[in-house]
Amino acid sequence: MRRSSRPQVAIVDYGMGNLFSVKHACAYAGMEASTTSTAQELLAADAVILPGVGAFGDAMAMLARRDLVSVLRDIAASGKPLLGICLGLQLLMRESSEFGRHDGLGIIDGDVVRLEGGRDHGRAAKVPQVGWNRIHRRGAQAWTGSLLDGVPEDAYMYFVHSFYVRPVDPGLVVATTRYGPAEFCSGLRQGNVCAVQFHPERSGPDGLTIYRNLAARLPASMPEVQHA
Amino acid sequence: MTIRMIARLDIKGPNLVKGIHLEGLRVLGTPEQFAKAYYEQGADELLYMDVVASLYGRNSLLDIVARTSREIFIPLTVGGGLRTLEDIQQALRAGADKVALNTAAIRNPTLVQDATTRFGSSTIVVSIEAIRKPDGHYEAYTDNGREPTGVDAFAWARQAAELGAGELLITSIDREGTGEGFDLELTRRIAEAVPIPVIACGGAGTAQHVADVIVHGKADAVCMASLLHYHLIKQDGKKRRAGLEAEGNLEYLKSRRGFSKIQGTSFPAIKAFLGTQGMICRQPAGETVHA
Repeated sequence: MRRSSRPQVAIVDYGMGNLFSVKHACAYAGMEASTTSTAQELLAADAVILPGVGAFGDAMAMLARRDLVSVLRDIAASGKPLLGICLGLQLLMRESSEFGRHDGLGIIDGDVVRLEGGRDHGRAAKVPQVGWNRIHRRGAQAWTGSLLDGVPEDAYMYFVHSFYVRPVDPGLVVATTRYGPAEFCSGLRQGNVCAVQFHPERSGPDGLTIYRNLAARLPASMPEVQHA
Repeated sequence: MTIRMIARLDIKGPNLVKGIHLEGLRVLGTPEQFAKAYYEQGADELLYMDVVASLYGRNSLLDIVARTSREIFIPLTVGGGLRTLEDIQQALRAGADKVALNTAAIRNPTLVQDATTRFGSSTIVVSIEAIRKPDGHYEAYTDNGREPTGVDAFAWARQAAELGAGELLITSIDREGTGEGFDLELTRRIAEAVPIPVIACGGAGTAQHVADVIVHGKADAVCMASLLHYHLIKQDGKKRRAGLEAEGNLEYLKSRRGFSKIQGTSFPAIKAFLGTQGMICRQPAGETVHA
């Protein structure tokens, strides 16, 4: 039997978060996505998505229990596209201060800290941030060539989080978002590793652009020619 | 902070229905049709509420959720009749992003704690349906406003937040479906008492009502049904009626009667109006609001 010509994406299933909307978004963008917790399937895929909702410490423990910590580090180092979403972005960092100090995957140098509440446009900025917020281009760095390619500047994306990442190298930051007193990193890129704090699979057409960009850079999508 | 605008779709079997005070349900169409239209209009979220929540209807609801989730890429909350962790798991598996718990949570508050531990706080919305009593206190009801509980709505709201709920959905049964405006006191007292987002529901008849519950009710998000549904029906009622003739109570659709208090409107119009009032809403790609 011939392998599907659609790009194969593996969504890391470590028991936390809703993977189904991620899967549906992949399908919508022309990728064949499967949820998996085995190293073999992750290594065989054309791209890997690390999603996640919940507590940082629990998530790292779940990854460790499935022996996926070193696998994910290897994937990041291999050059294969790796997309982190929400908690999946935070897990890439060196460490988090969520409910005590926890080691992360250490793929990106930096840490994870709590959002401060406060006031935002005259209203209470509650934590967690639940809702739509804008992503801003970082400095003069264009989104061309990144997974945000084609996303309108200052587009609204859907966020659900209490913590945010602080990469040591500011050059990795591709998008920032303001909430309460903070302007935090809402998107970063380090070579083949891209990660966002928001949920692109729940951010309407602009979010889906990110999935389409991911599909476009995968090898198996190339031979698929549409004949009229 | 942007204010979220949420379309609430009450579901009975395969149909989208709407009642008044959560009763007297009318068939308006299929939930998928309306969900798609609202997604395209720029809705920020969708709420599916199974208003009958019979065991019999459960599979049909999950099918609707699965179909919706494949085509609509904004957050989808599903509620109605979810009683166990297994029920929640099934709804999430079908493609829901969050679940709303009412009856089961109020009977067994530890369900909220167990559910937030297992699925994360941001996945669990506690739905509180309240009726104002003559002495001014608010009582929480269950089973779509049919069963009094004796529980004070404010005390329950605080408790639900402490148990780890990610958001509270606050419905005024008195106002629900009437188009007379939200119960501002109910919403405000809860929004000021809990640190988590509060979604106001029940009573939206005009865009001004929506503005009022944001400013005076301190709502973080606003749920709407009738004013959106009736506008959409007016736009293409004939098309929508086709194919529905065989099912349910179609008296309303056939009569083409409207509610004088409900001024049908759409997401772009509501968001544009809120923009003129200085409130910030998400505008879909390529659109700008001129205040």
